[in-house]
Amino acid sequence: MIEVVGLGKRYGRTTAVRDLSFTVRPGRVTGFLGPNGAGKSTTMRMILGLDRPSSGHALIDGTPYRELRHPLRKVGALLDARWVHPNRSARDHLRWLARTNRLPPGRVDEVLDQVGLTAVARKRAGGFSLGMAQRLGIASALLGDPEVLLFDEPVNGLDPEGIAWIRGLMRGLARQGRTVFVSSHLLSEMSQTADELIVIGQGKLISQSTVSEFVAAATEHTVRVRSPQVERLQKALVHKGATVEQDGATLVVGGLSSAEIGELAAAHGVVLHELNPQRGSLEEAYMRLTAGAVEFGTS
Amino acid sequence: MRLLNAERIKLLSTRSTWWCALLAVALPVLFALFYASQAGDFLTLNVGTTQSGYQFGLVLVMVLATVSITSEHRFGTIRGTYQAVPSRVPVLLAKAVLLAVLAGLIGELAAFGSLAMAHLVQPEVDLAVNTATEWREVAGVGLVYAVAAVLALAVGELLRQTAGAVALLLGYVLLAESAVREIPGVGEQVARWLPFFASRVFLGSAEGEDATVSAPYGPWAGLGLFAGTTLVLLALAAVVARRRDA
Repeated sequence: MIEVVGLGKRYGRTTAVRDLSFTVRPGRVTGFLGPNGAGKSTTMRMILGLDRPSSGHALIDGTPYRELRHPLRKVGALLDARWVHPNRSARDHLRWLARTNRLPPGRVDEVLDQVGLTAVARKRAGGFSLGMAQRLGIASALLGDPEVLLFDEPVNGLDPEGIAWIRGLMRGLARQGRTVFVSSHLLSEMSQTADELIVIGQGKLISQSTVSEFVAAATEHTVRVRSPQVERLQKALVHKGATVEQDGATLVVGGLSSAEIGELAAAHGVVLHELNPQRGSLEEAYMRLTAGAVEFGTS
Repeated sequence: MRLLNAERIKLLSTRSTWWCALLAVALPVLFALFYASQAGDFLTLNVGTTQSGYQFGLVLVMVLATVSITSEHRFGTIRGTYQAVPSRVPVLLAKAVLLAVLAGLIGELAAFGSLAMAHLVQPEVDLAVNTATEWREVAGVGLVYAVAAVLALAVGELLRQTAGAVALLLGYVLLAESAVREIPGVGEQVARWLPFFASRVFLGSAEGEDATVSAPYGPWAGLGLFAGTTLVLLALAAVVARRRDA
């Protein structure tokens, strides 16, 4: 389990993360969603003790990362697949990591096999493709057989096959009862992998919920209605408890389905010229939620 | 021990280490070959002067030590290192011990290699190492390399940048210390307390530099001054490493 309590990070005058609190529970994939620059990587670095928080703290099963005795056995992380020495072989990279936490040397070949890099284990990591580098990064995360796993944008730049493999891997790790925390700036990606979503924008928490709750709330649909008797219809709709926005002869109705609106219109003898359900896409909803929370917005 | 092993794997699994180490041994030995073959009426060949090329090795050992830490920052492996060892300072100490041992080994190979090379070229000159001073002049090279490697490690950790750290170190060793001597008035007073001058006092190679700059301390105090400066820099590097965001 990962607990983040009042976490904040300032760099001079800019605030990357402010007063962030959430909990990542075991046995499921938790997505960490936010636009680029929202503070996802900074938060992950603070959880891993790499960056010092300006305020608050992060705990792994109740202990700050810096106080873990053999951290790699508890927490595995892939923050950036390019963080390997280009002239060192994949196997040597994992060998030194294993030594630091007293992991059995045999573990290195096990994880290399698990991620399918056995054939290139003795090749320079600098010659690896992004997909191979990503697999090596995942091998280092899995090395200590940790209960808690963090992945920062793991599918960025991968081909469809690589993406499918990583999704399967993360779901598998969660099924084994591990805590899996994955960041992404793509909602579509998260909606396919994650069970729970933590959404942040401009370093602040926007929501924490299950994916289905988030999707339901975010895509709550409206119906566009056009009628020559717009006044009468509006009265009837408001009476039924719907939310109504008027724009000339057009109403945008929330809270009622198109069927209910049509029946209501018939019951009141109102002529309808248009009855059009508007389903907001997940991406639109996400954009709306994080609007104003985008660090490098274009507007 | 686990950290020493981990750092050993890191250090010896990149080619740059092997190249630097090889050159750090070969260049002083080649210089000894050149020196001994030119020795005669104008160049005196004795145990001390067989070590005239030790600075080539010194510079390379310092590059090796600097790169061992700056490359971790350059390629981001330092984050992996700190994830594995979040208290950080033991990493720096393990690197320091390992580099000191490796640099010491390189220094002894270079020193005795130079002596042997000079003997091969001029077998008729007596190059037997007998006195304590002669032992210090030869075997001391390993000690100086060991301390210099730790100093370079500390500077590398402080600057985190290969080009910057190497330029600073080489500029300091090769230029700055002798430039200080040219400052009117205080220059010579200050120069005799500088760390690399002190290391040359230890090796007995400072005497020839300038008669006016003589050290008011003995050779072992010279090594102490050199090592003391290094420890201060290492402590500073440890404090910075603990506090800084990786």
